[in-house]
Amino acid sequence: MSHSSHKLRLNPIACEAHGMCAELFPERISLDEWGYPVIAGEPISPSLLSHARRAAQACPTFALLVEKDKAPA
Amino acid sequence: MSRHHATVAEAAPRAGAPDGRSLPRLLAEVPSREPMSLDHHLAVHGELPHEHRHGRRHESALIERVERAGLRGRGGAGFPTAVKLRAVAHGRRPIVVINAAEGEPASLKDRTLSELLPHLMLDGGELAAQAVGAEEVIVCVCESAIAGVESVSAAIEERSGESSVRMQLSTVPTGYVAGQESALVNHLNGGPALPTFTPPMPFEQGVRRRPTLINNAETLAQLALIARYGSTWFRELGTPSQPGSALVTLSGPVAYPGVYEIEHGASLASLIDAAGGTTAAARAALLGGYAGAWIDGSLLGGLSLSDEHLATHGASLGAGVVLLLSQDACPVAETASVARWLADQSARQCGPCLNGLDALAATVEEIAGGTVEGNASKRIERLAALVRRRGACGHPDGTVRLILSAVETFAAEFADHARHGPCEACDRAPELPLPARSTRNARRREPVAF
Ligand SMILES: Cc1cc2nc3c(=O)[nH]c(=O)nc-3n(C[C@H](O)[C@H](O)[C@H](O)COP(=O)(O)O)c2cc1C
Ligand code: SF4
Ligand code: SF4
Repeated sequence: MSHSSHKLRLNPIACEAHGMCAELFPERISLDEWGYPVIAGEPISPSLLSHARRAAQACPTFALLVEKDKAPA
Repeated sequence: MSRHHATVAEAAPRAGAPDGRSLPRLLAEVPSREPMSLDHHLAVHGELPHEHRHGRRHESALIERVERAGLRGRGGAGFPTAVKLRAVAHGRRPIVVINAAEGEPASLKDRTLSELLPHLMLDGGELAAQAVGAEEVIVCVCESAIAGVESVSAAIEERSGESSVRMQLSTVPTGYVAGQESALVNHLNGGPALPTFTPPMPFEQGVRRRPTLINNAETLAQLALIARYGSTWFRELGTPSQPGSALVTLSGPVAYPGVYEIEHGASLASLIDAAGGTTAAARAALLGGYAGAWIDGSLLGGLSLSDEHLATHGASLGAGVVLLLSQDACPVAETASVARWLADQSARQCGPCLNGLDALAATVEEIAGGTVEGNASKRIERLAALVRRRGACGHPDGTVRLILSAVETFAAEFADHARHGPCEACDRAPELPLPARSTRNARRREPVAF
């Protein structure tokens, strides 16, 4: 039985490099030299999902999306 | 005059179809100045076949025919056209957009179609609309292509009484990214001609939130011939994996630069021959345009213009650009000026594109000027990795491809400039066409068929 996993998707047009997301979810998000988030590609395990959601909710421009991964976990 | 509508028959070449092995196809009887009139167009290619779609549940026969023909998009990415048609045909009240924006400075093929053969691409738009169940076709032409805008507008008027769909022209602001599909949708929805965050993709939700089929002008011109003459006819030229003919824009040191129609898989040598031969030795060729890749001069003799063969050199035909760089030009200075132009074309919406392309262009400029510090190629690689796949559109990736390919192909010249600064050729006027300097002084390039 496979349970669905999640991944982060960034809207690079909306992102204004506030950097909150990287602070709240360092397990998957780092910042590049200009302050824009670099998102690691690995799926987010259920144990990290709440961190991911918190980061997305903290983004002032709603640029960070937590989405269901289409591929089974 | 009246155009009666014949029914699309089976895949066998229609009676009266031109010899499938002969060229030109699209450029048959292309006029040199005035656009081909509707009468002349119908005399050359025959009546427009009518696409019966038996209700929403039945797929149009044309989609299957396009699939069998193996037609791929000519706007650069080579996406299978039938897949797109099918996706849009499933949606409600779709819209068809003909993309003749042609933001690529080294390409003139869509301009040529708009200016001289407008009915061919309008046929394609009309047929595609019938196939997907659309009632509306919007033709997007770059506002700077004045002759193209006039010709398309007159052609729409000319066929208005007979068209099965509503056709309308939209002029698109000049710019490299304006022709990207989400930018066109944005523009047609009343916004700026800048890319948007996708998905939803235009085929899901595009103009007025409706499913929108966006195809390059040449793609639809080819579709208009497939609808008339069939997939078997189409495949009589080209290679099994890349059937048919293609429009290519050849520029650089050849006697007659311009737009040519070739068979996929034709040798570069035969294209250059058709253009009257070279006027100077070629140091390298740029394939695919400013999102494309360089191929070293030593390899050009055996080069075949099919994506299968070009892929072995890390290149592809893209939107059909073949640009020769002469031995006299400085590839580092040329790369620096194109890289700067491409960085300036960033829509400045995405941080990595805005900052990364600027940093990349600055690095190439420093190399060209001999002022670069540290390991420049490491820096370029690091910046390339920071930029790639991080924009909302493909622009940063295309720019990175071009710069990395130049650094690899012209490694010795880059190393020499980094160490010793500008070379003698650096002072020559740049060869690679860029709009700022090419629109006014460019020789008028007549399309030539071969
Ligand atoms: C930066 C950028 C610029 C583009 N400009 C054009 C253009 O000017 N004309 C065009 O036909 N396609 C252009 N494209 C490709 C379109 O987004 C789209 O893929 C194409 O029009 C689809 O048509 P096709 O499937 O018939 O090739 C561009 C893509 C990118 C990433
Ligand atoms: S919090 Fe939002 S705006 Fe700030 S860097 Fe992260 S995604 Fe971008
Ligand atoms: S990637 Fe660059 S060109 Fe594309 S939308 Fe973003 S800023 Fe504009």
